[in-house]
Amino acid sequence: MRSITFSEATLEAMSEEMERDDRVFIMGEDIARQGGIFGQFKGLPQRFGFDRVKDTPISETAIVGAGVGAALAGMRPVVDMHFADFLGVAMDEVFNQMAKIRYMFGGQTTVPVVLRAPDGIIRSAAAQHSQCIESWFLHIPGLKVVIPSNPADAKGLLKSAIRDDNPVLYFEHKVLFPMKGEVPDGDHLTPIGKASIARAGKDITIISYSLMLHRALEAAKALAESGIEAEVIDLRTISPIDKETIFESIAKTKRVMIVHEAVKTGGVGAEIAALIAEEMLDCLDAPVKRLGAPYVPIPFSPVLEKMVRIGIEDIVKAAREIC
Amino acid sequence: MNQIPKEVLKNFYLTMMRIRLFEEKVNDLFLKGEIPGFVHLYIGEEAIAAGVCQNLRNSDYITSTHRGHGHTIAKGAQLKPMMAEIFGKRTGYCKGKGGSMHIADFSVGMLGANGVVGGGYTLAVGAALACKMQNRDDVAVCFFGDGASNRGTFHEALNMAAAWKLPAVFVCENNQWASTTPYRTTTAVENIADRAVGYGIPGEIMDGNDVFDVYEKSARAIERARTGGGPTLLEAKTYRIKGHFVGDPELYRSKEEVQRIFKENDPIKRFKERAIAEKRLSEKELAQIDVQVEEEIREAERFAVESPYPEPHELFEDLYIEGGVNNA
Repeated sequence: MRSITFSEATLEAMSEEMERDDRVFIMGEDIARQGGIFGQFKGLPQRFGFDRVKDTPISETAIVGAGVGAALAGMRPVVDMHFADFLGVAMDEVFNQMAKIRYMFGGQTTVPVVLRAPDGIIRSAAAQHSQCIESWFLHIPGLKVVIPSNPADAKGLLKSAIRDDNPVLYFEHKVLFPMKGEVPDGDHLTPIGKASIARAGKDITIISYSLMLHRALEAAKALAESGIEAEVIDLRTISPIDKETIFESIAKTKRVMIVHEAVKTGGVGAEIAALIAEEMLDCLDAPVKRLGAPYVPIPFSPVLEKMVRIGIEDIVKAAREIC
Repeated sequence: MNQIPKEVLKNFYLTMMRIRLFEEKVNDLFLKGEIPGFVHLYIGEEAIAAGVCQNLRNSDYITSTHRGHGHTIAKGAQLKPMMAEIFGKRTGYCKGKGGSMHIADFSVGMLGANGVVGGGYTLAVGAALACKMQNRDDVAVCFFGDGASNRGTFHEALNMAAAWKLPAVFVCENNQWASTTPYRTTTAVENIADRAVGYGIPGEIMDGNDVFDVYEKSARAIERARTGGGPTLLEAKTYRIKGHFVGDPELYRSKEEVQRIFKENDPIKRFKERAIAEKRLSEKELAQIDVQVEEEIREAERFAVESPYPEPHELFEDLYIEGGVNNA
């Protein structure tokens, strides 16, 4: 196994899938000539040409819509949103067109589009370049939503998303791009819809994903020092949610906490807490705990920005409250 | 007109009559309460779909609107599964999941009506992009209304198609009404086609009630797209004869005025009179087509009425491919 960055892992996934299937192409703002703001497309146009790695006008609506239209005409587009926040510009194309076309037209077609959406808080990027909006898409039947936390899954989930015949949203945390990790050689695929156990434990289940997964793992180490063995689940896919893995873990630990960077209200944690309340309430020895950002836009000033980020100490403290 | 083969002339009439009689039937059935949802009629605008689509082949694409029956029929869709879809039956094009506003027939390149005004532009751009990337000489035609021309998607799509020289043709059907609002109260320019200048592409006005004018001008635009010349913006001047939807009380305009316009400018009447005057088609030939279409409509209605509704287990079908997923 090699150790490569998250960004390099996504680049490998793109190269391999474009090599494998000439229907695959990618388009987005500043991806070809500039190589992507995190270097995630570097060298790709030189290898596959500027027709298959396309710089687009600043027209998010047209980029997503054209991705959908190209898919209807036999291509397998990957569309880069530049920042997840800009999905808002193209929302009709995402939720009224892309998500519904297959169902609404009685299964006449498939819509194999991947939307790549770099998200999360980074270096005071402020309210319109820092958001985690993955939970919006959980609410829309017809979409799949994946959100890797490490280079291996970044590669494996991107490859699976590109091969999936359904539309997939692929969220990638901006802070993760330079992070290194081991990635298996060869055609590595991570199944969509399957969570992984990032750390085994018996006293509490901590469910997380993306950047926060790493905070959760650090918190688990700290908890272990005081004798609490946390099981940490990396959700990897948030639509569909892998209930089986979650419920199996809770059946063992009897305690559960969900941690995400996104606003707590109406977040992925709310859905998981509700699923647990419906089906696993009798198993629990303590109330479900949720950790998410407070109900405010992401502020600019580093002093304020720090206040909306979940830290390792926050997770440790919250876990202790139910253990 | 003399250069146009007789078969094409017959096809103009056949297509326009299919649209007209299909929609008159839908209108009646809706008023009788036999059709759920909403239906938006294309009556009076038939020459546009018929004229444009006569220049298209099966492998070309169109995107349509909420007022989409005419485009769908003209692109070659079958009347029976169309009518069944409008009834919400499982034998419909979309197995009853779409209805009048969401009919599609991918087998003839009809990529769907669209319930969102202005939702079709970017899909057409994508289909045109695919044609170009696949080195096909097929084109994508986007039909839209004057109301939709004020959506932001108009700008993004036309700019992208022009910048990338895509094989796309944008056909504005300026029927003077954006739902219940008159065109000139929401738009400062007299002609949508004038906006083409802003994208560096040709723009042309057509008489939308003259199938010959539509046919000839759209032929040039489509040929230009096919041969790598890039997109064109066409504007068909027409008039919406029916209300925004069936059942619209139309308090915003005078019924007499509408009837006067229809009487003077009915595209089917105009075609008939000209074809007969120039001795290209006889009354008898036209009457034979009438009989054929009347029978097709009767069969479509019978098929739709006799078809079953979807079964409960179909609710979750065709949401995801490969078994599907849900958290329910």
